[in-house]
Amino acid sequence: MRQRSLIAITAALAAGALTLTACGSRDEDGGGSDSNGGDTTVVIGVDAPLTGDLSALGLGIKNSVDLAAKTANKEKTVEGITFKVEALDDQAQPSSGQQNATKLVADKDVLGVVGPLNSSVAESMQKVFDDAKLVEVSPANTNPALTQGTKWNGGEKARPYKSYFRTATTDAIQGPFAAQYVFNDAKKKSVYVIDDKKTYGAGLAATFTEEFKKLGGKVVGTQHIDPDTKDFSAVATQVKSSGADVVYYGGEYPQAGPLSKQIKAAGAKIPLVGGDGIYSADFIKLAGASGTGDLATSVGAPVEDLPSAKEFVSSYKAAGYKEAYEAYGGYSYDSGWAIIEAVKKVVEDNDGKLPDDARAKVTEAMQGVSFDGVTGKVSFDEYGDATNKQLTVYSVEGGTWKPVKSGTYEG
Amino acid sequence: MNELPQQLVNGLLLGSMYGLVAIGYTMVYGIVQLINFAHGEIFMTGAFGALTVYLYVLPDGTTMWIALPLMLVGAIFVAVTVAVGAERFAYRPLRTAPRLAPLITAIGLSLALQQAVWAWYPNAKSARTFPQIEGGPFEIGSVTIQTGDVFLFIAAPISMAVLAYFVMKTRTGRGMQATAQDPDTAKLMGINTDRIIVVAFALGAAFAAVGGLAYGLKYGQIDFRMGFILGLKAFTAAVLGGIGNIYGAMIGGVVLGLAETMATAYIADVPGMSQLGGQSWANVWAFVLLILVLLFRPQGLLGERVADRA
Repeated sequence: MRQRSLIAITAALAAGALTLTACGSRDEDGGGSDSNGGDTTVVIGVDAPLTGDLSALGLGIKNSVDLAAKTANKEKTVEGITFKVEALDDQAQPSSGQQNATKLVADKDVLGVVGPLNSSVAESMQKVFDDAKLVEVSPANTNPALTQGTKWNGGEKARPYKSYFRTATTDAIQGPFAAQYVFNDAKKKSVYVIDDKKTYGAGLAATFTEEFKKLGGKVVGTQHIDPDTKDFSAVATQVKSSGADVVYYGGEYPQAGPLSKQIKAAGAKIPLVGGDGIYSADFIKLAGASGTGDLATSVGAPVEDLPSAKEFVSSYKAAGYKEAYEAYGGYSYDSGWAIIEAVKKVVEDNDGKLPDDARAKVTEAMQGVSFDGVTGKVSFDEYGDATNKQLTVYSVEGGTWKPVKSGTYEG
Repeated sequence: MNELPQQLVNGLLLGSMYGLVAIGYTMVYGIVQLINFAHGEIFMTGAFGALTVYLYVLPDGTTMWIALPLMLVGAIFVAVTVAVGAERFAYRPLRTAPRLAPLITAIGLSLALQQAVWAWYPNAKSARTFPQIEGGPFEIGSVTIQTGDVFLFIAAPISMAVLAYFVMKTRTGRGMQATAQDPDTAKLMGINTDRIIVVAFALGAAFAAVGGLAYGLKYGQIDFRMGFILGLKAFTAAVLGGIGNIYGAMIGGVVLGLAETMATAYIADVPGMSQLGGQSWANVWAFVLLILVLLFRPQGLLGERVADRA
């Protein structure tokens, strides 16, 4: 019996190890709340994946918010207030995100949080922030349910949390926007749809599929992949034999890159199309040379092309951050700046001081925030969604993402 | 198009990789009854060893036909060094301790190795691209075989043949068999069991290193976490084949690889199963298979019922 019980213990330990790696959290910048020069310090929290597969995007978010805070301090945007950024790592895990939310709520100096990157992580954080009336502005969450409730698709829109805002547009328009481009502009009529079953990926794939069918396109196959594996050969073989002329993938670049590569290796020379989750330089690295021609939609117009963004790009470079600002840099800067604007309003309304119920006041002020940001006009509608609904299609050409078409989706 | 032959090849390739790693689990277990949970990380360090040779030892632009054998040497060198070091410093001091102690050490070591690569290998915080063998894919009928997979197709059977020769024909190999049967009596017969155990760790690591190189060539990228899931799969393959049996490890790997691939490709087509198919369910079906085998053949596919020693 000894041997078999050993295997049982081992199996239990293996399960334990799985959970352990899932909830370990590594914090960078413990960060306290020291005041300097008699100023009041306001902390802007950041929650994003700073390590792991999605860290490229996460670090871009952190740096961009940091830049917003530094700019506000330098320009003395809010008299008497010094902004400080405290960034926590959620490793793209909802459980870590919730822990971080609790931590940020406990720090009384935190008056607003930028993040997270993943819609699934946002789901676990919303209530924690809302209970504390702490405002959260996400630069990247695109799942419609976060602002419009789970029944958003049935026409019953209801905002679940008053403290949640986002500067990114939603998949309710990103998926259909991609479908219109693929069907009308790229002239692809049969699609193979793959997703990773996560909140973001599955939602995006669903809105894409619906619009693609409505336009008259054919869905010749669907698959759900396990984001923990790298072997997609069985799926790639199915894509090839389905005869599809395009693949739509709802998910993120760590899987999308290898998936694109393996589909092409299987002999299906068709483009892979995805959402903002694959719009990263790392996708191109992972997809390799065969990824040329793959497409991604992303929120907003290309940051480099907007006149309002020139200054952001140059000051980001001047600040000397090690990592690129990536897909959400502009949105993160605007999210951070929205918090700064809200704090400014609250302080001005209270004779230059922070009121006692600063958090609730900042959340209230956020609803009315309106300014010209990096990504265009920043303001929020009655659900907390960005009023700016611009999207862009990018294509992999010569090893980088090249904007192909910008537009506003109209249902 | 009939995709069955292609799917069989896909499964065979995936399974061969599981098998190469499973050999290490099974050999160490056969001799010291320890499930070396750090073995998946030894596979990972092997892959990084091969990458290191390519990036930092060889001159830029070395053709893969010259680089490949040297990368293999680098992979084996790194993996064997890590495994022998682990045996010497993490497991040997605990050899007389209760069995749970080295098992927990193994899990600790697994995390430590992952974090070490994460922290100290240049740019290893996300995936690193791995050099590829040039040349297009080969078409055999309706089956496409990638250049990178050719290595795995050749390396897996050769590895098995070398292993079989070593265990059956050499003195050290026979010593391993004797130690596996009864370490105390083997010692009395003049076998240096400490040395045999080191050899078992080293051999297992060498095959894991071959697997690590094959992984890099197949997927074009490696990362610090690649050994974790693959290690669990290889352990499953070892149990499936009959832990302690080296042929069982290879067969268990192939069966597991085929099961996953078939589940991905065909379960959704079975009437009433459309919700339970697809690649996201492949692991579930692999473990259902494992449970079934363990229920009806607890010793695994090729395992023998042995009298309990303790």
